[in-house]
Amino acid sequence: MYTEKVMDHFQNPRNVGEIENASGTGTVGNAKCGDIMRIYLDIDENQVIRDVKFKTFGCGAAVATSSMATEMVKGKTVQEAMEVTNKAVMEALDGLPPVKVHCSLLAEEAIHAALWDYAEKNGITIQGLEKPKSDISEHEEDEEY
Amino acid sequence: MNQVIYLDNAATTRTRPEVVEAMVPYFSEHYGNPSSVYEFSSPCKEAIDHAREAIAESLGAKKNEIYFTAGGTESDNWAIKATAEAYASKGKHIITSKIEHHAVLHTCEYLEKRGFEVTYLNVDENGIIKLEELKRAIRPDTILISIMFANNEIGTIQPIKEIGAIAREHGILFHTDAVQAYCHVPISVDEYQIDMLSASGHKLNGPKGIGFLYIRTGLKTRSFIHGGAQERKRRGGTENVPGIVGLGKAVEMAMGTMEERAEKERELRDYLIDKVMKEVSFVRLNGHRINRLTNNANFAFQFIEGESMLIMLDMNGICGSSGSACTSGSLDPSHVLLAIGLPHEIAHGSLRLTLCEENTREEMDYVVEKIKEIVEKLRSMSPLYEDYVKRPGAKGHM
Repeated sequence: MYTEKVMDHFQNPRNVGEIENASGTGTVGNAKCGDIMRIYLDIDENQVIRDVKFKTFGCGAAVATSSMATEMVKGKTVQEAMEVTNKAVMEALDGLPPVKVHCSLLAEEAIHAALWDYAEKNGITIQGLEKPKSDISEHEEDEEY
Repeated sequence: MNQVIYLDNAATTRTRPEVVEAMVPYFSEHYGNPSSVYEFSSPCKEAIDHAREAIAESLGAKKNEIYFTAGGTESDNWAIKATAEAYASKGKHIITSKIEHHAVLHTCEYLEKRGFEVTYLNVDENGIIKLEELKRAIRPDTILISIMFANNEIGTIQPIKEIGAIAREHGILFHTDAVQAYCHVPISVDEYQIDMLSASGHKLNGPKGIGFLYIRTGLKTRSFIHGGAQERKRRGGTENVPGIVGLGKAVEMAMGTMEERAEKERELRDYLIDKVMKEVSFVRLNGHRINRLTNNANFAFQFIEGESMLIMLDMNGICGSSGSACTSGSLDPSHVLLAIGLPHEIAHGSLRLTLCEENTREEMDYVVEKIKEIVEKLRSMSPLYEDYVKRPGAKGHM
């Protein structure tokens, strides 16, 4: 069902944990849908992401995308981190099953939410960053019978 | 441990070697079409007859009340749709429960879009329907009550005898989806006043793709699959002879060992439940503690998600299942777990383990050991657990 890379990031997730007094934190998703992702960013004075940690309540794909997304934003400037899209995360994991694509959206949203928190705290603007949605799954619907 | 520990017998079971052996000649030697007139086909007809008799006997039914189908889902569809159609002139109201299998629920939803009204009964915290609520739901135009014998997720067994009596008293037909219960608990269609009963072969160590519907003599429920005179013109299509033979053999064997098997399973199940409840924190047992299928254990582990647990169990060679959204292909967790009152986030953390008589205590010990490791690892990654530990007023870690 999952690619080798997804399984690797699920079994050995990178950057799990918390950062005390983080520069920015973001929590997205909700327990109702079974996915919650929390990202902590430690950003230096040059707006470079020095460290990043995550915690995720969710399925294998949710854990793997969190792990991969944190790897991808680490060492980048906040502006460069905006280029880490759900598509890029998915590609880096060699793809996800169609029903799991929404998990990759969650990773992007979590990073954006943490960046938004950082930007607000510091009164700066990150180009292309919008206020995060609270529930990324609100537009999905079940098929009828 | 390199072997697979299979704890998903509610999903499907291993076909018994004796069953496979009984089926083989009906692929190779006796491949004739049972509808043909020549002598070559007569062993096929006899074999079907023999299987039908074994099944009828297992339920205290008559041979001509057993109709072979492709499985439980077809049987449920047939019972509900064809009965609704046949009795529509009497009324268009059906009563079922919120914890039925989707084969029943989606069929009822389908009928609702076609002018029928359906009452979905609530269940209590153990998953048992309330008889008073059932009585109150009955209307003059109620034509059918469909309540499952035992639940596939939490194993809870319904008061079928009482439901049958209420239905009969009000002149309403009673169908039960007995896919999980048949050949696992004793069932008598007369004693329980069951008018229709669905069952499936692969839940009782028989083959997949074969099942049956019991229809009491005198019912107006007619054909659902049209196209031939098979099954007394009620179910068209050339009979799945090897499947029918396999099902018959599986029923004979399961009926012969039921008591002893149930005892073994119950003991092992209780051992597993007690151990998990004792050794893992923030866990609950879903379903009734006593009044449940002998092989079913269903837990909810707080703060973690079911699919992650399943993948980690799989990496340790353990097969289980979960009612989390990610395993159901939708965004909502199991409708059964929600119906017994679990909040969404706890329902997402459910784990169903359904064992069989071949499992051992050593396997249960290994499984509990792995569950402990996995739960701990996933909680260490869970923002929900973090929030719980850091909640205002928390006295440090659990």
